[in-house]
Amino acid sequence: MDILSLFPAWLLEQGPAFVIVLPLLMGAIVAIMPSRTLAWWAALIVTLLCTVTAFGLLLQVYSNGASLYTMGGWDPPHGISLVVDALSAPVLLLIAAMAVVTMVYAMPATIAEVEPKKRAPFYAAFLLCFAGLMGMVITGDAFNVFVFLEVSSISTYALVAMGAARDRRALAAAYNYLIMGSIGATFFVIGLGFLFMETGTLNMADMSRILSDLDGGSRVAKVGYGFIVVGLGLKLAMFPLHTWLPGAYAYSPSMVTVFLASTATKAALYLLLRFTFTVFDPSFNYDIVVIKYVLVGVGVVGMIFASLQAIFQTDARRTLAYSSVAQVGYMLLGIGIATAAGIAAGYLHLLNHAIIKGGLFLAMGAFWYRFGITRVTDFNGLSKTMPWTMGAFMISGLSLIGVPFTAGFVSKVNLTIAAADKGWWWAVAVIVVTSVLAIIYIGRILLAAYFGSPPEIDGETVKRNEAPLMMLIPMWILVFLSIGIGSNLFGLGDNFVMASERAANLLVGIGG
Amino acid sequence: MRDPHVILRVVSKFLIPFIALFAFYVQFHGDFGPGGGFQAGVILAAAVILYALIFGLEAAKTAFPPSWVRIGMSLGVLLYGGTGVVTWILGADFLSYGVLAEKSYHGQHYGIIAVELGILLAVTSVMIAIFYAFGSRQPETDEGDW
Repeated sequence: MDILSLFPAWLLEQGPAFVIVLPLLMGAIVAIMPSRTLAWWAALIVTLLCTVTAFGLLLQVYSNGASLYTMGGWDPPHGISLVVDALSAPVLLLIAAMAVVTMVYAMPATIAEVEPKKRAPFYAAFLLCFAGLMGMVITGDAFNVFVFLEVSSISTYALVAMGAARDRRALAAAYNYLIMGSIGATFFVIGLGFLFMETGTLNMADMSRILSDLDGGSRVAKVGYGFIVVGLGLKLAMFPLHTWLPGAYAYSPSMVTVFLASTATKAALYLLLRFTFTVFDPSFNYDIVVIKYVLVGVGVVGMIFASLQAIFQTDARRTLAYSSVAQVGYMLLGIGIATAAGIAAGYLHLLNHAIIKGGLFLAMGAFWYRFGITRVTDFNGLSKTMPWTMGAFMISGLSLIGVPFTAGFVSKVNLTIAAADKGWWWAVAVIVVTSVLAIIYIGRILLAAYFGSPPEIDGETVKRNEAPLMMLIPMWILVFLSIGIGSNLFGLGDNFVMASERAANLLVGIGG
Repeated sequence: MRDPHVILRVVSKFLIPFIALFAFYVQFHGDFGPGGGFQAGVILAAAVILYALIFGLEAAKTAFPPSWVRIGMSLGVLLYGGTGVVTWILGADFLSYGVLAEKSYHGQHYGIIAVELGILLAVTSVMIAIFYAFGSRQPETDEGDW
């Protein structure tokens, strides 16, 4: 490929380690930086460099196939290996790109929301969280997954708690998330322990080979699988385990919400795919049972239930948070269909939803930044006071509903087709019903914003007060991406669909 | 008035240097026996924590200032990661210690010593940071305000 030759060879060769090490070490440096502006610049440059590297790695995977990087030169299964393939590379690029978007946005948002003294550690925690998420996605070692999971989780708890400067409920939300997240991580590591007992290895590829030699293994492997699914389920906010999510999304600083909503649950979902389809195999009877009944079951119930809850929230951020739980249901449904088309649709929705929800939360943060509002009833007349921000919110909202020519439409249609091909007409009905519910909860906000008139304060109508450019630019980039995917501008839609199909083919074993 | 804790103070004053010394033994003997940076870091931090328990938090904070803690945490991580960066600069994979010296096994040796030192720094600082954070925490509402 042409673009690929522009990347330095060293970056492509050492890229897998580079995207983890750079944010990790810069996190340590940023933590002791005296200047807050310098800390912001450092964090921004780190995320930019990682995005470029992740893009190079993605191109490399598509032209040369999957690559394996050995940490310290120790070959797997003994050493830790980093694997970049068609499944992990798009998620890597997604996380890195969303980190850049949130870092640009962070400049005004953090000044408004985080105490000056805590800003440099805030960026440091952000970089650590970023490094942890990148590590979770890229590593080929199951125990290493746990380590990076904890790196990202612990820094996330701190980031959520930083919201306390504007809303004290952030502390309770962070504590809740800490307890739930720790339980999730513990379940995950218990599951790994059982797997290690069964297979005697921690390398994922090796584990997969041994498990298929054992034809799925004994009860130990089954128990291990159960623990891993529950542990990851907590992290990805699978329906009955999602209780930490609304609080964490609603009260953390805006930029943290944006980053969490678009990457953290996505990385956990990626791990679920990894474990369900490559470490274990759907040909084991317990694996397919969990996929078919548990994942689809909680996915569908979550879609309906969380969408209903979203309708009745007074706080707009909580509406979006519950909507996130519902959207996870779509992805789980896609995984549960378990055909190449179904997984591809679920994977595509994973990428699309990150872009859509990122846009929505960016706009939500801007509303707070200008007027300090989060309740739906306060949205009256926002289309007049903040037209550009509200416009971005509207387009992202329509994309969330699944209106044609937007990203949400593409993934929902693909999911519907996959469900229909499988003969699951009830699933098609559920998708339609939850889309209608999405119209209600997004429509409720749009209605207030576009048909309400701006409130009067001291006898004067609130004047137009647009969000700063540093907030508008990242917002509109995501909006254009969303439209680009939906209307296939510049081949964006085709590329996203192709990426998801390649990932799905890798999982069902047709070849990357 | 006599100091009621005089025995504790005298005994711990004797003990603290030995605890610190033992920490370094665990650190540098980690190549040949059980031990290493993590264990040594915890033991070294225990020396400071014992000092804080007996002589008070303020005395401990003058002996081991909180600003060191923050720098120590970062420096430890940087020492670990920096070793990897050096191996990158020497043209090998990340953390391939083999290239650090002419003979590969010497390189492995130097590499692991540098990395373990980083762990010692980071673990000591983090343990003390946790202790300081809990120890110096002021209740946000006074007892009477409830």
